[in-house]
Amino acid sequence: MSTVAMQPSVRFDRKRIRANALGRGLLGGLTAILTWEICSRAPQLFGFSVPYIGVIPAPSKVLVEWSILLNEPSYWRSWYQSFFRVFAGFGVAFLLGVPLGLALARSKIIFGALFPVFEVLRPIPPIAWVPVSIIFWPTQEMSIAFVIFLGAFYTMTLSTMNGAREIDPALIQSAVSMGASRWSLYRNVILPATLPSVTTGAAVGMGITWEVVVAAEMISGGQSDRAGGGLGRLMWNAYVTGNYNAIVVAMISIGIAGYFSSALVRLLGRQLAPWAAR
Amino acid sequence: MQASFHDKPRGHLVLNDVVKIYDSDGGDILAVDRCSLDIPAGEICMIVGPSGCGKTTLLNAVAGFHSITWGTISLDGRELCSSQQPQATPGPDRVVVFQNGALFPWKTIMDNLTFGPLVQNTLTKAVAAERARELLAQAGLNGCEDLYPAQISSGMRRRAEIARALMNDPSVLLLDEPYRALDALTRSVMHEALLQMHALNPVTILFITHDIEEAVFLGHRVIVMSARPCRPKLVVDVDIPFPRDKRVLTTSRYRHLVRQSLDAVHEEAAISFSAGEREGE
Amino acid sequence: MSASVDESGAANVGPARRYSAENLRRALRTRPALMLVGFAGTLAAWYISVELLKLPRFRELPGLTAVVREWISTDPVYGVSLFTPEYYKHIAASIVRVAIAFTLSTGLGVPLGLLLGWSKRLREYIFPVFETLRPIPALAWVPLAILMFRGTETPVIFLTFLASFYATTLNTMLGVQSIDPTYIRAAQCLGAGDRQIFFHVILPGSLKYIFSGLQLSIGVAWFSLVAAEMISGEYGLGYLINAGYTMTAYPTIIIGMVTLGVVGYATSALVGWIGKRLMAWRSDEMSDAN
Repeated sequence: MSTVAMQPSVRFDRKRIRANALGRGLLGGLTAILTWEICSRAPQLFGFSVPYIGVIPAPSKVLVEWSILLNEPSYWRSWYQSFFRVFAGFGVAFLLGVPLGLALARSKIIFGALFPVFEVLRPIPPIAWVPVSIIFWPTQEMSIAFVIFLGAFYTMTLSTMNGAREIDPALIQSAVSMGASRWSLYRNVILPATLPSVTTGAAVGMGITWEVVVAAEMISGGQSDRAGGGLGRLMWNAYVTGNYNAIVVAMISIGIAGYFSSALVRLLGRQLAPWAAR
Repeated sequence: MQASFHDKPRGHLVLNDVVKIYDSDGGDILAVDRCSLDIPAGEICMIVGPSGCGKTTLLNAVAGFHSITWGTISLDGRELCSSQQPQATPGPDRVVVFQNGALFPWKTIMDNLTFGPLVQNTLTKAVAAERARELLAQAGLNGCEDLYPAQISSGMRRRAEIARALMNDPSVLLLDEPYRALDALTRSVMHEALLQMHALNPVTILFITHDIEEAVFLGHRVIVMSARPCRPKLVVDVDIPFPRDKRVLTTSRYRHLVRQSLDAVHEEAAISFSAGEREGE
Repeated sequence: MSASVDESGAANVGPARRYSAENLRRALRTRPALMLVGFAGTLAAWYISVELLKLPRFRELPGLTAVVREWISTDPVYGVSLFTPEYYKHIAASIVRVAIAFTLSTGLGVPLGLLLGWSKRLREYIFPVFETLRPIPALAWVPLAILMFRGTETPVIFLTFLASFYATTLNTMLGVQSIDPTYIRAAQCLGAGDRQIFFHVILPGSLKYIFSGLQLSIGVAWFSLVAAEMISGEYGLGYLINAGYTMTAYPTIIIGMVTLGVVGYATSALVGWIGKRLMAWRSDEMSDAN
């Protein structure tokens, strides 16, 4: 009797385990939403209001508001504006941060001179730069972009630097011994080896960028409409006009937008560095 | 002082027709194919074989970290696992000494050793400490009790880990290539230390290794496993008497046994190599 | 012919010029010297561009001497310097808020993270919800926080708490999952039950990840605090920076920023130091390879 044919249940188990996990996750999510709904309707259902959570608008109302907003072009324009800012600021952070990170990792002189300055500036939150940024840059859009850039810049530089530092020196030595020029070394060894760290840093940086975007958009909410807009501004407007349901819609939209940006970055990273997949 | 707490010899390990099938993305993999072993109490049984043949799977099955698909494993007549109950429960009767070392880095050597008895409530703190000092002395680790693992050498760590295992008075000691990461000189010191400790604490030892010379030097028997799927291909009785020391290494009997095992392993290793087996299975 | 790459990545120069360049290079290569050069260069650039050359756009900024003069004067023009109690009130206000929020987030986040890392079952129920809420920036909660909590202090502390809570929980959970499973197996062999494994293996084993997570999380806390203070606060460094702008007390902005950097760094270093003390067994970044 073939021993292999004896155990069909072995493979079946793994699928069952995955399905169970999915089921539990959904259960957890549904419970959370249900609790939320009940808490916000507590005054009608039970006669008392649940503190804190009870103030949050009910999911049902939020969904209704959302379906209204989905049909308004201003909603989608906010998406576009926020996304544009995020990727513009992030793009510049990438273009400046990766070379700087590589330089910091590869050159002791540059590291010794610049890294202390970098580390001293880093604890200052990007938001704290908003006033200086507004004073310096001619337009409001540029000042927001600068702050957004800062947010992602630190992360990009650091993760690039750490990634480049961790390259096995044997890889570099073997490339040099095979006659690689400096340019070739960077292109074929250092850059690819650093790519996975860069991607991880980018995904994290993306999260930070969204934080900064939302904050910047809220802070500049009082200024002129022309340079304003974006999902953060949308949310602030909803708050100011007392449309609480829209606040939650904006929050969730921001969350979704942030998630998609990070997922996009990770996807790009996998395309560029398929060998790093785990 | 007599090290063993019991008078009846323990540690008779029997593997009967053990089969292990892995479920992986590429399909089912037959890792162990009807492997049967009968290891009497107190024997040092060396298992050698090419990389990826399944010997670690066997050890993990005995320890209780993997399940088996068919067959039975029993210890002193008590069934550890079978096809009805495919996974044994890990326990202090079959303690493992791991390849990369598993002394808890956040505990001192003394705390590491007394961990087992204290956690199972089998000994009081004072008695456990006393026994620990005794085993450390046997292992040549006097004075290390209050050091952390990071502060002693890797060879000393390995000895301490074996001492930690012995603290629990196990029936079987499972060693998964414990000296692999050590250099050759340290390794020969470890061999002598192991034989000395075994003389004082005659547990059954199941020892997996790549190193044929180590296997023949240490073992009562050397079992050469085939390439995957794993089965005993050749059993070599090492009839060199105990106690053994370095002088054994140059006797013709030793070299003959090594040659015999080597030939068997090479055949299997070639099969393994062309099948593209990877390390660490 | 391919150029050779030396240590600093610099190209080779000709032999004659190399000698003196080498000496200079060697002198500069000592670390403190380089650091000084870096700082001096940055400060010089600031001074030159704003106060000396008065470059366009740059000249609007507060200059180095203006800031320093303000900072160390006993009677500052805009009311805040090292010698005014105002200054320390702001610092204290921010530190107290961070301390409260951070304590709360650590006290809740570490146990939750440990549980989530330890129990697969619990993780399957809770983690998806957790992950869904995570992309929502903490600052997006500002309006809701203002609605939920009365007063001005609580929303600020809540926001700070929220951001660092997520970071702590996530890092703790990842830390537990990063523990080498061999340690758990070893403990099982030695007869330890689940509870004992938790206290003797999981907890100490994840400490290093917990603390690096805490350092991250205090940085996140400052990040959120400053934003919250700038949006809706009285007192505090974020408020100071914003007030400096609205009242055109520009040097105060820089004072606020620099103070923020120093205090932020100090708190992060404090957390790291506590961690090092608790983990006395780690001698110089020991690796697990035996």
